[in-house]
Amino acid sequence: MIEVRVHGRGGQGGVTSAEMLAIAAINEGKFAQAFPSFGPERRGAPVIAFARVSEQKIRNRTKVYTPDVVVVLDPSVLSIVNVEEGLKSDGILVINSAKSLSELRSEYGFKTSLARVDATHIAMEELGLPITNTTMLGAAIKARSLVPVEALIGPLEVRFGRIAAKNIKALQRAYKETEVDLI
Amino acid sequence: MQKKAILLGSDAVAHGVKLSRPQVISAYPITPQTHIIETLSEMVDKGELKSQYIKVESEMSAIAAVLGSVSAGSRSFTASSSQGLAMMHELLHWFAGARLPLVLVNANRALGAPWNIWSDQSDSFSQRDTGWLQIYCETSQEALDTIIMAYKASEQLMLPIMVMIDGFILSHTMEQLLVPDQQEVDEYLPAYRPPYQLDPDNPLTFGGAAQPDLFYELKKTFSETMTEALTIIDNCQDEFANKFGRKYKPVMRCLEGDEKSDTALLCCGAMTGTARVAVENLRENGTSIDLYKLRLLRPFPNRELAEALKDKKRVIVLNRACSYGVGGTLSQEVRAALYNLPQRPLVNDVMISLGGKEVFPETIAEVVGNREQLSAIDCNWL
Repeated sequence: MIEVRVHGRGGQGGVTSAEMLAIAAINEGKFAQAFPSFGPERRGAPVIAFARVSEQKIRNRTKVYTPDVVVVLDPSVLSIVNVEEGLKSDGILVINSAKSLSELRSEYGFKTSLARVDATHIAMEELGLPITNTTMLGAAIKARSLVPVEALIGPLEVRFGRIAAKNIKALQRAYKETEVDLI
Repeated sequence: MQKKAILLGSDAVAHGVKLSRPQVISAYPITPQTHIIETLSEMVDKGELKSQYIKVESEMSAIAAVLGSVSAGSRSFTASSSQGLAMMHELLHWFAGARLPLVLVNANRALGAPWNIWSDQSDSFSQRDTGWLQIYCETSQEALDTIIMAYKASEQLMLPIMVMIDGFILSHTMEQLLVPDQQEVDEYLPAYRPPYQLDPDNPLTFGGAAQPDLFYELKKTFSETMTEALTIIDNCQDEFANKFGRKYKPVMRCLEGDEKSDTALLCCGAMTGTARVAVENLRENGTSIDLYKLRLLRPFPNRELAEALKDKKRVIVLNRACSYGVGGTLSQEVRAALYNLPQRPLVNDVMISLGGKEVFPETIAEVVGNREQLSAIDCNWL
């Protein structure tokens, strides 16, 4: 079982990221769950969402406490939330940041495997908006091959309709541009 | 053909309702139930569901609106949660007493004070004496299926049924399930044909006054119907299994193996999923343990439960609702059902969660590991 935690701010589409990943995994014949951190909706506040992907039926109903993959949609949460909390020793942190891998390591002291991409820059170019939830999906699956890139196209087309093409392009660009530093 | 779908729990509920073709829907939003009625109102707006959607200003009005629509002979639906369900309380009694069929979905949530929006079964457990049937669901698939079965049973019994999903844990989680085909649901659940209804051409008195002796006789009949309800629910579940391939029982043994185990865990709702993980881990580590889930709280399956647990030495009941001054509400029901067994098991009453407190597989394993230290009389809090 692979467990994913997505950090973002309320309204940035973190739950949608988790859901797209779960749908893609299920379409690939796996089992999956996606859910928000249960509570009131809080636009702008740091929030988290979760996904589980497994070869077996998933019965556990707890939140994700020891993720294999942590995705950070918004670099501004890095200084206020411990995004590394509970991350498995062989897990990977996937961050949207304009900073380099070494800059991120020295600034935040990250010890685990790290991946980064400037998702805000890609989203601004491709979508015209600083909304990185679909872009960061490309980074996440580059960092850990949860599902093939193609598996996300269908779910995105269903969810985003006429703006799906732009989101798919942003996702594919992030998949190519993501840098991975495995420990 | 059933269609594979990936849905939020609340959307799975909405699909179950849509497939049941209610003619009237009335509800008032409350977290964590709101998505259910939002999805239904969209379905009505798009013309996917031909139903009259009545907007109201409170839960009391919502239940009153469907009281009217069912009296007029329309299959109806409402949903609520927590304070909203509590606000309906007076008319919940009235609904059942008037022998009107309805399906209400309750997303289990704590009652204040203090303010809390998370999963807790105290809201529906505290409505258990209203004369409604109550069914608790482990998964979204179970919720979707149960709604369809509940309409069938409700209309056969002329009694309302409350279907429970754990707030957030089921309502806000997306997972895969099978959505039955509309035509097959129509075959299973034909249109509602009320035996009596409000009709200007054939005036009748609804909910009129009853003198003491008549009142007693009516309540006696009501109680007998509740007893028969077990068989009718079971028949509806068996018929559903034959048609759709998913089998449900009032009490269900959850995991194969360990038949000879003398200790059992019992719970209801979504917690059962986590308990399955705990039991699998315990068994791998050499602890022999059995797991049961209770789907039906009213009518309470006394005989079925006693039969299932008669050879156990210990039953540990995991509660998500409290009757303060006694302990876990579910534990009291289980104790009463097992009391007449010639060799009754010890019942340990455990308050595993309230107000959304996380239930970890490890917490359950720890409770089982420390079972010899659990009080047999008092409620065991963590």
